[in-house]
Amino acid sequence: MSEAAREGIGQPVRRKEDFRFITGNGHYTDDISRPRQTYAYFLRSPHAHARIRAIDTSAAETAPGVVAVFTGRQVADDGLGGLICGWTVTSKDGTPMKVGPHPILALDTVRYVGDHVAMVVAETLAEARAAAELIEVDYEALPAAVSLGSCQKPDAAQVHPEAPRNTCFEWELGNKAETEAAFAKAARVVKLDLTNNRLIPNAMEPRAAIGEYDKGSGIYTLHTTSQNPHVARLVLSAFVGVAPEHKLRVIAPDVGGGFGSKIFIYAEETACVWAAAKLGRPIKWTADRSEAFLSDAHGRDHLSHAELALDADGKFLGLRVKTIANLGAYLSTFSAAVPTYLYGTLLSGQYDIPAIYVEVDGVYTHTAPVDAYRGAGRPEATFLVERIVETAARETGLDPADIRRRNFIRNFPHQTPVIMNYDAGDYQASLDAALEASDYKGFAARKSEAAKRGKLRGIGISSYIEACGIAPSAAVGSLGAGVGLWESAEVRVNPTGNVEVLTGSHSHGQGHETTFAQLVASRLGIPLSNVEIVHGDTDKVQFGMGTYGSRSGAVGMSAIVKALDKIEAKAKKIAAHLMEAAVEDIAFENGAFTVQGTDKSLAWAEVSLAAYTAHGFPSGEIEPGLKEGAFYDPANFTFPAGAHVCEVEIDPDTGIVEIAKFVAVDDFGTIINPMIVEGQVHGGIAQGIGQALLEHGVYDPASGQLVTGSYMDYCMPRADDLPSFTLGFTKTVCPSNPLGMKGCGEAGAIAAPPAIINAVTDALGIRDIEMPATPARVWQALQSAAPRAAAE
Amino acid sequence: MEMSGEYRIPAPREDVWAALNDPEVLRQAIPGAESVEKTADDEFEAVAKAKVGPVSARFKGKVKLTDIDPPNGYTISGEGNGGAAGFAKGSAKVTLTEIEGGTLLAYTVSAQVGGKLAQIGQRFIDSTAARMSEEFFDNFSKLTGGAKVEAEPSGELPEIVDEMQHGIPVKSPDRDAISPTGVPLMPDEEAGFSLSPWLWGPLLIIALIVLLWFIGF
Repeated sequence: MSEAAREGIGQPVRRKEDFRFITGNGHYTDDISRPRQTYAYFLRSPHAHARIRAIDTSAAETAPGVVAVFTGRQVADDGLGGLICGWTVTSKDGTPMKVGPHPILALDTVRYVGDHVAMVVAETLAEARAAAELIEVDYEALPAAVSLGSCQKPDAAQVHPEAPRNTCFEWELGNKAETEAAFAKAARVVKLDLTNNRLIPNAMEPRAAIGEYDKGSGIYTLHTTSQNPHVARLVLSAFVGVAPEHKLRVIAPDVGGGFGSKIFIYAEETACVWAAAKLGRPIKWTADRSEAFLSDAHGRDHLSHAELALDADGKFLGLRVKTIANLGAYLSTFSAAVPTYLYGTLLSGQYDIPAIYVEVDGVYTHTAPVDAYRGAGRPEATFLVERIVETAARETGLDPADIRRRNFIRNFPHQTPVIMNYDAGDYQASLDAALEASDYKGFAARKSEAAKRGKLRGIGISSYIEACGIAPSAAVGSLGAGVGLWESAEVRVNPTGNVEVLTGSHSHGQGHETTFAQLVASRLGIPLSNVEIVHGDTDKVQFGMGTYGSRSGAVGMSAIVKALDKIEAKAKKIAAHLMEAAVEDIAFENGAFTVQGTDKSLAWAEVSLAAYTAHGFPSGEIEPGLKEGAFYDPANFTFPAGAHVCEVEIDPDTGIVEIAKFVAVDDFGTIINPMIVEGQVHGGIAQGIGQALLEHGVYDPASGQLVTGSYMDYCMPRADDLPSFTLGFTKTVCPSNPLGMKGCGEAGAIAAPPAIINAVTDALGIRDIEMPATPARVWQALQSAAPRAAAE
Repeated sequence: MEMSGEYRIPAPREDVWAALNDPEVLRQAIPGAESVEKTADDEFEAVAKAKVGPVSARFKGKVKLTDIDPPNGYTISGEGNGGAAGFAKGSAKVTLTEIEGGTLLAYTVSAQVGGKLAQIGQRFIDSTAARMSEEFFDNFSKLTGGAKVEAEPSGELPEIVDEMQHGIPVKSPDRDAISPTGVPLMPDEEAGFSLSPWLWGPLLIIALIVLLWFIGF
């Protein structure tokens, strides 16, 4: 195999970026230091809800090493706007969502434990932290609205006066009348109440920022742990008003994991870049782990009631859903979109459901903001659909695989009742492959063998679908998005033939430097090492929408393809001129330009050099240089789908759930690098296992204190919690982008939780168990179910 | 969080009542108390330091007495602030009953903690409170009746509490050392010394308990 073939599309090329990461040569925000840098420490609210009567910063201001102390008053006096939500959701009565102001530093009220009260800037972090101890805040503690079930009651504490009953929006989607009619003719209705547990993201690298200001040029620079630096720049300039867009440079260097939590524009980086100009010195802030728990936007946190109508043959007739979604104390950058357009639109799952009606109340509580977390809305939808389908199978007596087969969508394109138009898929193929790989037929024997050892064995299926490749700009615009969700790329060919590709996507673990380079190298017939992927700097990349929603392959790489098309066209023109042939006779293959039907040939580097020497170019016909840019706006969402099968074994004495086997068969369309894709699936499943069995962000319901605020109480998955995964792939090519890609970043986190809970409830012989299914909960469920278990 | 308990104090009820209202007795009895001042007939202000190994935190608290019914008891409520360490607030109903050979003091505490105290320390509070209460009553009893009290705490103490209270020795003052949680060690402004969150958590609990005494007694 040639070098080019070994590095081409579909090859498991080792990640180019890993050498620098594992040798400690990465450049994360906290690794960067600027001359005359100071350090910021944020004083945070210890109360979930309190009025600030007074803040006395005088002792802190004169403490050793302190440069300045800022409170919300100075921010307001400077006329800075608050943080925004970039997506407007409209309630069913036609009114826009009710938004309370989100100040950078609290003015007169704090609304969650961890809310920002003051920023101390000092010569060292220790001095800033010590000085914060000297700030006297006179709080009048107020009752807090914490619990999702009661925050809409008339007597609940109010988070924002703008939103009566703490209700930000009452949104609906689907056809209510048709759904009621479907239920009216149903042979059976299956009902289920579900909790989608709150999660805390826990990226390995905590959030960090360095704000600086150059007095000479008037240019602000912000290094920040962002998944989308251009969006950060746009929000900070156009909405917060820190600096004009052309005077603000945002750099997101190496970023150690985001999972959504680094999409958003937070108070800390905003305050750092604003205050840097006031002080004339750079300001660095790095969150400690305790701050990350309190102030990173959390994920999930839904309460739902679902009802599924079936006919006598187990065919689905209709689905109706009522969900209360926690938004936290303030709307974060994409808060409103997550429990609505990223959730309700996926409630058809892989199934042909003629009528669907969903209502979602987005509610404020005195807790940290809730926003997108790996999967963002789609895990919540998949959990609901796959749990109620499983429950329907058990109540109808149909095999869980069979009830799914009876209801799969088989003709494409398929218009669901909830906006989405599925373009391609073969759901039975992935289910069959997953059942085969998990030896579904042999499960009964394994169950009875486990019973002999005193263990309870269960199996669970999850046939998931997600909408990725976010997103067609016209579509999201009509649904309330404040931005378009296209992507940009620029391909710069140097005279020596090596290539820089500037992308608006951002890599924070996805391996873009490798996969994007594989695409470019194979297209141009040059070695992988001759391609540099440049991202994360608004001074280098013109504009981009960043990385989230499994969009960088389907959207980001499609933009690169468009730019490469233009590069090839121009290079052919140059080659035709050099070889004195007609452009249409030039072929480009394996890095060589040939005149078809002759032995004339030019290497890639000869053409790239000629592009810059430009000797003898016919004036007006060929411009010198070889650099092209493109913007790609996707035609549709992409629809990755697949089937995950989980088999668990439970020790009835301890309640410990062991995952005996986990099979994932995914259809991601075209795969550029199977090794990286498998890594993405592994990581996603690990987070799914975390949600299903271990992780739970808990606030004390009375006081609003975060009681899972450290790794003593918040249980992250560890290596010994995870089995060895069995992965498989099926393929239907995505018709709406040039590479046929669908996206793979979130699938594991979306598909795994219902597969695991279906397996756990199967093992226990119970209808439902709440996530996380901790040993205590499993043991408790076993005690409640004991009479039945004994009778069996 | 709710806590309750009973103690037999070998002193007459009037003496116990007087001691409960005497700032100096309270200062001597409360572990770590620096000052206890009576600011009004029904109000105290107090400052206490809690120390574990090289780290100390200083708490300021205010309490107010209500339902004063001498010598049968009172309700005491208030709050204390430990800066970035967080806060504690709550109330306690204290009743004194004459019994053979002394006084039975019964209390019901309802308390709430916030900030780092809640984020890191919540789960250790109950057991540590029981331990600290022993120390207080030991002191209090000596100051009032001179004899050791017979405690009737509400629960057993896990062994870990001892280690928690006395701290795990900090072996290295190296600021760059990595703590077990992988986060940078927290500096102590007084000693220029470092302590990991593993130790910081327990310290906060101790500080909290000192506070609870202000609140409760």
